[in-house]
Amino acid sequence: MLSIPETTLSARAVAPGLSPAIAAVPAMVAFEGVTKRFADRGGQGEFTALAGVDYTVPKGAITGIIGRSGAGKSTLIRLVNGLEQPTSGTVLVDGVDVTALSERGLRDLRREVGMIFQHFNLLSSRTVFNNVALPLEIAGLTAKAIRTRVELLLDLVGLSDKAKRYPAELSGGQKQRVGIARALSTEPKLLLSDEATSALDPETTQSILDLIRRINRELGLTVLLITHEMEVVKSIASEVAVIDKGLIVEAGRTFDVFTRPKHETTRALLSGLAGTKLPDAIARRLTSEASSAARVYTRLTFYGATAEQPLISRLMSELGAEVNIITGTIDEIAGEPYGSLVISYPAEPAIVARADAFYAETGLSTEVLGYGA
Amino acid sequence: MAPDMLLALLWKALVQTVQMVAVAGLIGTLIGLPIGVFLATSGKGELFAAPLVNRITGLIVNATRSTPFIILVVAIIPFTRLIAGTSIGTSAAIVPLTIATIPFVARLIEAAIREVDRGLIEAARAMGASRWQIVTKVLIAEAKPGITLALTLTLVSLIGYSAMVGAVGGGGLGDLGIRYGYQRFMPEVMLAVVIVLILLVQAVQSAGDSLARRFDKRSRKT
Repeated sequence: MLSIPETTLSARAVAPGLSPAIAAVPAMVAFEGVTKRFADRGGQGEFTALAGVDYTVPKGAITGIIGRSGAGKSTLIRLVNGLEQPTSGTVLVDGVDVTALSERGLRDLRREVGMIFQHFNLLSSRTVFNNVALPLEIAGLTAKAIRTRVELLLDLVGLSDKAKRYPAELSGGQKQRVGIARALSTEPKLLLSDEATSALDPETTQSILDLIRRINRELGLTVLLITHEMEVVKSIASEVAVIDKGLIVEAGRTFDVFTRPKHETTRALLSGLAGTKLPDAIARRLTSEASSAARVYTRLTFYGATAEQPLISRLMSELGAEVNIITGTIDEIAGEPYGSLVISYPAEPAIVARADAFYAETGLSTEVLGYGA
Repeated sequence: MAPDMLLALLWKALVQTVQMVAVAGLIGTLIGLPIGVFLATSGKGELFAAPLVNRITGLIVNATRSTPFIILVVAIIPFTRLIAGTSIGTSAAIVPLTIATIPFVARLIEAAIREVDRGLIEAARAMGASRWQIVTKVLIAEAKPGITLALTLTLVSLIGYSAMVGAVGGGGLGDLGIRYGYQRFMPEVMLAVVIVLILLVQAVQSAGDSLARRFDKRSRKT
């Protein structure tokens, strides 16, 4: 197994559009050589959940850690607030070594780190108000201070009218809003999200993500989320790390990682995103063998300046050949416009040469997918 | 038997039964509840992880529960005499009743606490709750409907057990039924005793059920 390539990490510092000022943002969370092994349930052998993770989560941003189930992401996020202890390595939260904290010290840290969960984990015996009040009760605030704070938070998440309801009377989205209010009650500097939208329908997911984005902007709260859904990362995370078999295999600005994925795991996860996949009927007909009698299928990717120019109409006149548009998508990744278009044109050498010249001149990012009728 | 005499006997026996059940139930719960919480939270990797003590406690609980009650009553007579100063009568009967109640309550409370979603413990830990706060604010609070039903079941079982201590002169409804109804061939006394017991159990069960329903907020009320 490879450890994380140095180049992947350092790529962040030189990534286009990332100013040195941003690159110098201090870390909110830093994983240094973190491993975690669990004793196997059968008693024989061990299970390695994390195999040596080095990664830093920048302050003030929304960072997504994405991976398949069993990749180690749940374990990783639980190390941040000490719900799990690493087998080796250190975890720093705002400069404090979590692994060196006493039980008492951990409890203080946890008041500065809020957490939301996939299944909300609300107390069924408490009203919405009292659920949000729980962390404040635990911290020992007065009833009056609790009331003021809870009312403010319920207003923030738009649930003031549900204060006296019980969780069983709420929808999934409302429950997660309560979870968010509860996580924010002790005014944390870091919010951990453990698959917070995985149990929600797409529309509700979007509204919860909007809320998290708003909290990040308005309160300046750092957010670290883990998910297996690319859509979640694409929608709100400005930074992303891809985890596979206990290792971070790729990391960087979400836009860079998503538009130019390097690792096969990233590509595999991205293939689920709408608009990036060829229709099956066409994909089946394609071969990788070039033939001038066939048509070449090419994916054009637009971002930055190229996203705003009339490139397709120029390409058509430049090639002097008929261009078919197969599939395409226009989207936003972490707030930046992004387009992907699959086209086909005759694979005659002269036409292909003209096309390549055009791509070089305009700086379009292209990928030949194959050849077919 | 004259109706007023029967009533006087029934009343006296009822008071004794209620006394035995109430005192044994109260003391048994006071001791059994913490043991139950301990059993539910001291397994490997749990909140108060102490697997060995957990195992030993479990063994003692099982041993006490598997001893037939009537044998327990006789077996602990020296202990009863030590505590109550006598081995016969209502207050003496309370001792074995309490001893039998403790493990019974402990197992039922353990089961009720184990019903609480593990995710809630994790959430509470993530909030910075101490272990004691997790027990009081999360586990017991969330298990309240289950605990209420467990204690209801305990009281109902105690009413049944209390009938058996008539064998050692414990008094109560069971004693009345055996001595008058069975040994003196007075079927009307037996019938009266059975009816009073049914009403008593019914009342306890209904009260417990409705209390548990009131505590239970897990389902949407219409």
